Amino acid sequence: MVEEYDVVIVGSGPAGLAAAEVLGGEVSVCVLDEQPYAGGQLIKQTHKFFGSKEHFAGWRGIDIAEYLIGEVKRRGVELKQQHRVLGYYAEEDLVVAEDENGKLHEIRGKKYLFATGAMENMFVFENNDLPGIFGAGAAQTLMNMYGVKPGTRVVMLGAGNIGLIVSYQMLQAGIDVAMILDASPTIGGYHVHAAKVVRAGVPIRTRYTVKRAIGEDKLEAVEIVKLDENWSPIDGTEEIVEADLLCISIGLSPVIELFAQAGCRIEYVPFLGGYVPVHNKFMKTTNEKIFVAGDASGIEEASTAMVEGKIAALAMLGDLKNVDIEDRIMHEFESLAKLRTGFFGRRPKEGKIQMEKLASKYGL
Amino acid sequence: MEFVRRIVEHPVLEYEKGKKIRFFFEDREIEAFEGETIAAALEAAGVRWYRETAKYGRKRGIFCAIGKCSSCLVVADNRVVKACQTLVKEGMIVKRLRGKPQIA
Repeated sequence: MVEEYDVVIVGSGPAGLAAAEVLGGEVSVCVLDEQPYAGGQLIKQTHKFFGSKEHFAGWRGIDIAEYLIGEVKRRGVELKQQHRVLGYYAEEDLVVAEDENGKLHEIRGKKYLFATGAMENMFVFENNDLPGIFGAGAAQTLMNMYGVKPGTRVVMLGAGNIGLIVSYQMLQAGIDVAMILDASPTIGGYHVHAAKVVRAGVPIRTRYTVKRAIGEDKLEAVEIVKLDENWSPIDGTEEIVEADLLCISIGLSPVIELFAQAGCRIEYVPFLGGYVPVHNKFMKTTNEKIFVAGDASGIEEASTAMVEGKIAALAMLGDLKNVDIEDRIMHEFESLAKLRTGFFGRRPKEGKIQMEKLASKYGL
Repeated sequence: MEFVRRIVEHPVLEYEKGKKIRFFFEDREIEAFEGETIAAALEAAGVRWYRETAKYGRKRGIFCAIGKCSSCLVVADNRVVKACQTLVKEGMIVKRLRGKPQIA
């Protein structure tokens, strides 16, 4: 039996939930997600958001998730967790999802929003698959969702915002942060986040990287090395740092498998984090039934993901119900432009300009 | 004896724990809480090594913990699952995945 909805959303993170909030009550909506709990990465974010009131400034991610889940349920949206979407089948026009018991479900929408998010990038060094080498997000999940220490002494690779925030949260959880390394000559993240860990006595070593991991069946130590101006390791500067946890926080990549499998055009846009589905400013992909929002459309922040989710939702609503969405969608475009100002907005802003050109090349 | 890694006090968070349950990992009895993933329960018990790769027998544990990398595959009650996505259950029998999974 095929379950039918007006809109099927894949991913219950910030983008998917924000879209569901707009659509709920207007059309029938189902949200599918493979994780046991809704909220995507919001539910492990204990830091407070920046921005304006409209973008949840001053809220913690966990509280935003709770608010959105409540709103979405109140509007009659069906949230189906532990439903892993295996693929979109164009001929039958449906997605197939596997539930926690291995049972398959066929679910059809008039429109689809794939808000599949991102995953952490891996780094190449000797023994990089040793147990005890985690993405920084994994450490955050264990600590903030489950109250489990991911280790007792950690080396963090990457001094961007995620590396800095997660390091601080590890200090809050009573974990010894040995050092934060970054291959670039400067700290990548916001000054406020860096200042917090430095004040706590954690050294941030720029122009340093990991050479190899040491251990038999789990991590015991990390060999680090200094880099010269050409990013090459300097012989003789190696140091062995004892640690039972190495966190990798060197960036994220969009999760695009579902788009690729569904036949959406994919292009490489480095400013958006790598391969992304081609989309226009209404977040429509090259398949007119399928929309994208959030990190899957280019790596940014939860606040931009929520606005993109709303834009996709409004565009779908306009297609489905012939309602006038112009004012509301214009407001969201302005909102996005505001969020993409400043130093940290320049990359996604440039990436999205490149994407608009690609979209018009494909007739979007 | 592995160090048990539960966070007791936290300045921001309060952890709501489900009912205490027990499950088995490689014949070891482990205490967990309802609502936790297998991975969270194993990490809390200090278990790092979840499986062995098919070709080189490399030891693997969790990496992404959000269901993307498949590094944490285990066999739970005879099904191959991602430890980071699967909730632990009372009496569950969890084993390391060694080599390629068998299709039943």
